[in-house]
Amino acid sequence: MNSGSIIPVLNLLAAGAEEGHASAGPVAHGPWWVALIVVLPMLGAMLCGAAAALKVRSKLPAFLTVGLLGASCALAVSMYLELAGGRSITVSYRWIDFAWGTGEGQRLVANFGFYIDSLTCLWMLFVTGLATLIALYASEYMSHDQGVGYCRFFAAFNLFVFSMACLVMGDNLLLLYLGWEGVGLCSYLLIGYFYKRPAAVAAAKKAFIVNRIGDLALALGTMLAFVHFGSVEYAVIFAKAQPYIEAIKSGHLDQVPFVVQVIPLLFMVGAFGKSAQLPLYVWLPDAMEGPTPVSALIHAATMVTAGVYLIARTYPIFLCSEYALPVVAWVGALTALLAATIGMAQFDIKRIMAYSTVSQLGYMFAGLAFLSSAGAAYHVFTHAFFKATLFLCCGAVMHGFAGQLDLRKLSGVAFMKGWGIVGLAMLIGCLNLAGVPFTAGFFSKDMILAESFVTMGPGYQVLGWVLLLTAGLTAYYTFRVFFRVFVGPKTFEPGDELHAHDDHGHDAHGHDSRGDAHAEAEHGPAGHAAPGHGHDFHPHAPGWAINLVLLILAAASIAAALPYFMGEHGGWVPKLVHESSATTISDGHGSTAAFLASGLHEPGASAHGTLFGQDPHKIMYYVSGAIGAVGIAIAFVLHYAGRKTAGTSRADALVPALGPVAGWARRKWLVDELYDALVRTPLWVLSHVFHLIDKLLIDGLVNLFGWLPRAAAQRLRPTQGGDLHGYAAGMAVGLGAVLILVWMLIL
Amino acid sequence: MSLLAASSPVWMLAQAAPPAEMGSITLAHYLVVSAVMFCLGVVGFLTRRNLIVMFLCTEMMFQAAGIALVAFSRFHLHHTGQSFVIFVLTVAAAEAAMALALVVLLFRKRESLSAGEWRDLRG
Repeated sequence: MNSGSIIPVLNLLAAGAEEGHASAGPVAHGPWWVALIVVLPMLGAMLCGAAAALKVRSKLPAFLTVGLLGASCALAVSMYLELAGGRSITVSYRWIDFAWGTGEGQRLVANFGFYIDSLTCLWMLFVTGLATLIALYASEYMSHDQGVGYCRFFAAFNLFVFSMACLVMGDNLLLLYLGWEGVGLCSYLLIGYFYKRPAAVAAAKKAFIVNRIGDLALALGTMLAFVHFGSVEYAVIFAKAQPYIEAIKSGHLDQVPFVVQVIPLLFMVGAFGKSAQLPLYVWLPDAMEGPTPVSALIHAATMVTAGVYLIARTYPIFLCSEYALPVVAWVGALTALLAATIGMAQFDIKRIMAYSTVSQLGYMFAGLAFLSSAGAAYHVFTHAFFKATLFLCCGAVMHGFAGQLDLRKLSGVAFMKGWGIVGLAMLIGCLNLAGVPFTAGFFSKDMILAESFVTMGPGYQVLGWVLLLTAGLTAYYTFRVFFRVFVGPKTFEPGDELHAHDDHGHDAHGHDSRGDAHAEAEHGPAGHAAPGHGHDFHPHAPGWAINLVLLILAAASIAAALPYFMGEHGGWVPKLVHESSATTISDGHGSTAAFLASGLHEPGASAHGTLFGQDPHKIMYYVSGAIGAVGIAIAFVLHYAGRKTAGTSRADALVPALGPVAGWARRKWLVDELYDALVRTPLWVLSHVFHLIDKLLIDGLVNLFGWLPRAAAQRLRPTQGGDLHGYAAGMAVGLGAVLILVWMLIL
Repeated sequence: MSLLAASSPVWMLAQAAPPAEMGSITLAHYLVVSAVMFCLGVVGFLTRRNLIVMFLCTEMMFQAAGIALVAFSRFHLHHTGQSFVIFVLTVAAAEAAMALALVVLLFRKRESLSAGEWRDLRG
């Protein structure tokens, strides 16, 4: 990463800053009711908590949640209609106002205030919308837990939406941090929802602990921002960062203080933790231990995009650093590739979706770093819908087949009676994720891919190829799931959660393949063959709530492509992003032309990257479309064509040819083991060493000091003879000794 | 009340004459008397076993201290020491009443006045 290749990037950034964007404009006072978007989910959390205390056994908490979140969503829509495009702050409660002097930076102000611009509106629209829909889905999905954990689930669900709304709408870094920790807490609570299952508890702890690392960095970044900018409020920070951007624009990198360059690096680490990027991604696949609605909402659509939001929101600060965005680019692209390769080798369909989430988040980060904050935001937007669809389809399968998630044990689900809608929604989700032309996922991914070739930066073209390769892998593993589970011969083998016969099914058993051995042991290997075998198991098809939500989400996944055509340069989402603080200029042809015209690039250097000698924006449609098609075709040949049973496919023949690589990929490239060896084991050893030190040295010292007086007392005890004359003689002798001593000292 | 009577000559001695006319009797004489009395008290306390005698010995040490106080008070022409002795006497009187009552009780328990009968506080 030599700085010579960075300069053009910064110039490009500088050109972006020139465009008079909204973050430099005046701040208006927003209306009071935007606070309700935050307050309603909190109210829901309290009411669900009360319902839990009253031991409500009906579906009341679910519909309460749907109603309140729906109202919150309606308010978010009206917030978009009224406030998008401008910049307004609503201060609803003066939270922290603490001064210890009158000088600059001696006053900490952090209000319960809401910073509303187009970026906020975009995020709140899909957060509240998806939360409402997924709450409706969960009302049916969680019905087995009615009276057990139903109220607890919805209380945490509401609390999550509250925290997420604080994170997105807060007008200062402190409120963002509150929301950040809040979503982390709710994530922990919901991953560990089936708290009687050790795997779920371990996953919850893992998620929380791994996130600690990122959260520490975010906290440090916030403190540094306060130390340097004298405020944690976005409006102030953006205003004070402006001179640095001006300095970069005029080529004076050295005028940007070191501290300002460190702040985005810290924020970046925070974002990597929450959004599951290298090296902190390991918690997200394990988080699939939580109920599927949670996986869909928190661990696919909303919470994990908080990192993307953080970078987009504080983009002006990121523009001040010459290293932050390149690092984000490399981390994002490598995470995308790594997670995709792991996803290819997994058998648990929910885990595959989890790795695809990690991979897609990598795309978003790469997009941010390629100065395509608009592409990143658009990908967040489309991904939220199609990934929620995919997860909810997996959830429906899991719900209907007693927790079965192994793609070797299910086949032809879409053709079974009552499963048509699930199959259709799954197909739409898969098409989007694979980036098939004219789907939303295709357009949003292409914005990022094209920009990776347009933006001139340190090795960005290499990263573009990495991301293109990943797009092909994504298409393959996505359709591997589809061809194995949803089409082909109709056969299935249920999981081990036979909750039709067992009221506490969810709490007692595992979902994953570990549980299968147990099922086999019970029923014998003979029960594998035909549908409906063995113990009279009949898959129960999803009911109205799940089907309705899947239909709406599938439709929304398709409709998410429409905004691409609403307006120039990528449509509606880029327009929203450019109206906000996250703007850059490099999205779309027009702005790139403006950049060329500005003549800021170095003489002789090509300012506009090309792909096959063409404009990447145009040719990328064909390139990525072709790569996606190849991926799907390979999946078709390996996992569908000629497949007779659920358990075997042509891919099995390929596995030996790969040698140990296939096994490594299945074992997640041994990253968990590596972390075990690098972090956990040394910590374990160290803790035992400290334990020994504590036992021997510290405790030894303390015990010694306890033992000394006791031993002395043992020796001196006989002097306490109980004889009055003995005491008196002692006193007399002592007095005499003192007198002699005094006499000797004085004379 | 013999103790109080015993202290009265000390009182008179202290009042006797202004320092300038003390002549042959100096502060040192009083202090020697005081020290001798104190030592007698200590020795008596350590050697005798009879609780009443031991108590009387403590009273003697008390009065020895009183003599010293009064002598110094007179020597410095200052009333603090003398006033303090009045308080000491008052306390000694109250203490005598209590201590003798205690001795009576102890005697009733063991039918003996010997201090050696009481060794219950052995460690």
